[in-house]
Amino acid sequence: MSTLIYTESTLDPADAIYDVTVPAGDGWMHEIKKGQTFRIVDLEGNQAADTLFYNAHDFSDRYSAQDTIRTQAGIYLTTGTKLMSSEGNTLLTIVADTCGRHDTLGGACAAESNQVRYDLEKRWMHSCRDTFMLQVLRWGRGATKADITHNINFFMNVPVTPEGGLRFADGVSAGGRYVEMRAEMDVVALISNCPQLNNPCNAYNPTPVRLLIWP
Amino acid sequence: MSTLLFEENLPGGGLWSWVLRRHTTLRITDLEGGANVGLMAYNADAPLDRLNLPDSLKAQYTAKLTHGHILMSDMGRALLSLTADTVGWHDPLGGHGNAALVQQKYGEKNYQVARNDWYRNAHDNFLVELGKHGLGARDLVANVNFFSRLDVDDEGKMTFHPGNSKAGDSIDLRAEMNVLVVLTTCPHPLDPNPVYAPKPIQLSVLKTPPAAADDYCRNFRGENQRSFTLTERYFAGV
Repeated sequence: MSTLIYTESTLDPADAIYDVTVPAGDGWMHEIKKGQTFRIVDLEGNQAADTLFYNAHDFSDRYSAQDTIRTQAGIYLTTGTKLMSSEGNTLLTIVADTCGRHDTLGGACAAESNQVRYDLEKRWMHSCRDTFMLQVLRWGRGATKADITHNINFFMNVPVTPEGGLRFADGVSAGGRYVEMRAEMDVVALISNCPQLNNPCNAYNPTPVRLLIWP
Repeated sequence: MSTLLFEENLPGGGLWSWVLRRHTTLRITDLEGGANVGLMAYNADAPLDRLNLPDSLKAQYTAKLTHGHILMSDMGRALLSLTADTVGWHDPLGGHGNAALVQQKYGEKNYQVARNDWYRNAHDNFLVELGKHGLGARDLVANVNFFSRLDVDDEGKMTFHPGNSKAGDSIDLRAEMNVLVVLTTCPHPLDPNPVYAPKPIQLSVLKTPPAAADDYCRNFRGENQRSFTLTERYFAGV
């Protein structure tokens, strides 16, 4: 296991202007203004917060997993990581992280990918991309399935082996750990609090996350 | 077994797109060694159904691509199968560069000055080819970089692996449905070469038989079998 660096925040939840708890299986879509700080708390541990970001003024300019890892020439997201957009803009910067590592290679679970990964009869089960779909359609303003792109899995650990294998490793998170980021432009955040029941990543027990915004 | 339908050459820095009919194969040959082919793929009949690299990688527990792997759509379907590969490792992680990156790494060489030796960038090349099919910026997906390799260390650091592909190396991509392929031959974004020197490729389109019951890619994993089943259901009754 490589080095994990933990960085704590000085912000007090009592000063937050927004504070909500999102149960597993639910979605959340919300604007975060330039300069605001956004925190996601893994309340009970090893819960995947599947997250996408958009330029609030132009949805065609959105979070890009490949541009983010290319820019830092590293696959893990942690303090100091700039979350890059498809058009080369910095959407947010991670400024605190008590988990130490987050994944952006593994993508989000979907009804159809559950069929491929587990069983053709699993299509009916709830999934992150179904949550994304409903949130995006409710958001309106022309947003469609094309806007559901490759996401961040906050609190998930997906290492690459020297032989080029992809592993879904034991969690590095725990109850109360959080990641915090500063918006570098006006962004819209889209979260699916992962409902996955087919995968040991969350010990088959999806749990709530808490979301806070400071001015 | 297979019949050559046509061939084209594409210089380095180039751009190309084509609708590969179901059960045809695109053979890409690295003519000089050191080529990089950034590639995106879509169901040509319904392009909202498109390459999803995270799904493809996690279903096959891999962070590289080689013979036996398939590229899956976000609807779980097999788009393209890697039916032959003389290289052994292709990069699905590094993405592609844009105008700012090319300017920063190589400086400026515009068309006015350099004509067709200008410094093109992969992002704009992808957009141009996507636009020809009615697609655009919202349709950009994570791309493969064929013929290139990145090594990832224990800390997650990615390093370009020089000399991955030699002159004459090739891959075969068999279309399992009608697949829009969009590709560019710009340099890999993490290639440390300070000189803009993208390499040419040859593109060959062949008529090939459908995947048999004992096909290597179909049977590479149970996940691949199920993805083939979803594709065959998509064409059920046709």
